[in-house]
Amino acid sequence: MNARSLSLFSATIAVGVFVLTRSLASQAPPSSQTLTLLARDGRHPIPISAVNDQEFVALDDLGAAFQLAVREEAGAITVTYKGKTIVVTPDQALASVSGRLVSLPAPPVHAGRRWLVPVEFISRALAPIYDVRLDLRKASHLLIVGDLRVPRLTAKYEAVGSGARLTIDAAPRATSTVQQEGERLTIKFDADALDAPNPLLPPQPAPAIVQAVRVAEPSTVTVDLGPRFAAFRASTQPVDAAMRLVIDFVAPQTTTEAPGAPSAPATATAPPELPPAFAQPISAIRTVAIDAGHGGDDEGVKGAGGTKEKDLTLTVARQLKAAIESRLGIRVLLTRDDDRAVGLDDRTALANNNKADLFISLHANASLRPSVTGAMIFSAGFPPDAEQQARAALAPEPLPTFGGGLRDIELVPWDMAQFRHLEQSVAFATILEQQMHDKVPLGSRPTDQAPLRILESANMPAVLIEMGFLTNPEQEKALAGSGFQNAFTQAVFESVIKFRDHLGMVASR
Amino acid sequence: MTPRRAALIAALTTVVACLAWLLFIGLPRWYGAPAKSTAAAVKPGASAAPVRKITAHLFYVADDGVRLVSTDRDVPFGEGTVQQAKEIIGAQIAPPAAPLLSAIPAGTTLRALFITAKGDAYVDLSHEITGGHSGGTVNELLTVYTIVNALTANLPAVSGVQLLVDGKEVDTLAGHVDLRRPLARNLSWVQ
Repeated sequence: MNARSLSLFSATIAVGVFVLTRSLASQAPPSSQTLTLLARDGRHPIPISAVNDQEFVALDDLGAAFQLAVREEAGAITVTYKGKTIVVTPDQALASVSGRLVSLPAPPVHAGRRWLVPVEFISRALAPIYDVRLDLRKASHLLIVGDLRVPRLTAKYEAVGSGARLTIDAAPRATSTVQQEGERLTIKFDADALDAPNPLLPPQPAPAIVQAVRVAEPSTVTVDLGPRFAAFRASTQPVDAAMRLVIDFVAPQTTTEAPGAPSAPATATAPPELPPAFAQPISAIRTVAIDAGHGGDDEGVKGAGGTKEKDLTLTVARQLKAAIESRLGIRVLLTRDDDRAVGLDDRTALANNNKADLFISLHANASLRPSVTGAMIFSAGFPPDAEQQARAALAPEPLPTFGGGLRDIELVPWDMAQFRHLEQSVAFATILEQQMHDKVPLGSRPTDQAPLRILESANMPAVLIEMGFLTNPEQEKALAGSGFQNAFTQAVFESVIKFRDHLGMVASR
Repeated sequence: MTPRRAALIAALTTVVACLAWLLFIGLPRWYGAPAKSTAAAVKPGASAAPVRKITAHLFYVADDGVRLVSTDRDVPFGEGTVQQAKEIIGAQIAPPAAPLLSAIPAGTTLRALFITAKGDAYVDLSHEITGGHSGGTVNELLTVYTIVNALTANLPAVSGVQLLVDGKEVDTLAGHVDLRRPLARNLSWVQ
């Protein structure tokens, strides 16, 4: 084993011990807590003393861990690091950091021959003068030294119909991969360690789909599956500063009778507590991506009354998400959930990477003629020779595999991904037109096809809905009001149900 | 001077005046030759352009606001396809007289235009076409197809049109219509 391997091994062991320590620490009484210093070369526990509900660390311990010189003179304590000084005085909740005053939650405390300082001393006084980044996670008693990737995990588990959903937010953002290994899911995070309680979630009562969620290795979380587990589907989505991993668990389907079979007792049918949507066969639509057009600096169309397209699309997108998720149990991804700029490719990438089954881009229209009103629904339009190009481009290509030999891989050109879904996109647009007909004003040409950039890369049925014209003053007022927004949401909601039925019919042919 | 002699002089003067008009004004107008230089008249094609015109289909926003309407307009004759394309785009992006309404944002100018051997025209427009655009899918479609149709409907040699802005390729003008490749004529947006 060379020196590099040895170092890596020792770091792995150290981080493993850190997780174990944290696991034990979470069960230990507060008085024996330690602050765990986590660095590239391992971990180092620093004892924490509790005084008047305030956590303190000894300056001596910090001095040893960070190569600080600590000396007491003239009634003050001076901490020196590479020529930079921090001065604290026993009766003041202040520190002078290179001549700049910072506040501390409590003054230093004298304990025997040692001086104790509040743990916040590390982040407020030491971090500004230290060479390497110091990240104090006070709640989890963790001090990260250097540029280690240690995302903080927060988890939520909830029942969704007959299934369940596990949501894990990793902040700062860390990508993850989910694999099933027998009766366990393994979630591997792209990180050096995890900042998470262990177990991540309390054990679930039996019979459950998920029995336990634990931190198992430095950057791995395991999910113990219960007897009601049948399948899962994982997706990730950035949410603020975190990367959200959503795992939807599906329970086994209740067996349906074959025609002509003897009647089964009533108890063999679907459990009565299940909502109707979940008593039906698994939908052909499991995930819908909703794209709130524009955002950030790109305001889109702005009405004379001040209504901005980017705000309107976000409001309606959120409303649609709530309606579809709560009433249909279909997972909905938003390409943006706040006012920020998102590239067109990033929007479709989110839908493609999460294997969305339907993509709906929301927009508001503009015309140079202010009298124009009404909603319009677009599906993608390709040039007449696109079919030929697509056939050539979509032909499977034999590529070498790891174990030798060749395997046909279907390569989909990014800007032609929509081509093979066009028929279903047009079908969905037609359904939308029918459902919107008596609910919201439609334009003079309600459905159309056009070479729209956002739709061409969507690898699933996709439409762009222009909800109405913000350049018409009356329609601008209507679009901004709850009356229109509720009616529009209802129309799209019903269209998703109809489209699901339509896909079911197509599949059964 | 006898009355007969005076009449003869008047007749001669009239004939000379007619000949002079014919020589310097009439013939050049009929034949399109320049009046100033006889040398230039030897190359009629080169100097005939400023005064010769063609009739072109130009496109403006229809009354329904969601389509274009085609209007026949006189456009200066251009020698060769590229020059003629420039004249057509120049006329198309110029602010029209009321009641015509242009889908091209005011202030947009043509920076350059070239046509490939395949028949794809690259039209380089100034940044006002994006900066001055009010957005919306319909507005953007009408802006794009105003240019695309103006060339493809008038010049058989042009089969596709790609818009450039300030010399660069752009994804879209205002976030909707894909401009990454040449677009073919589309008269479904024309009444």
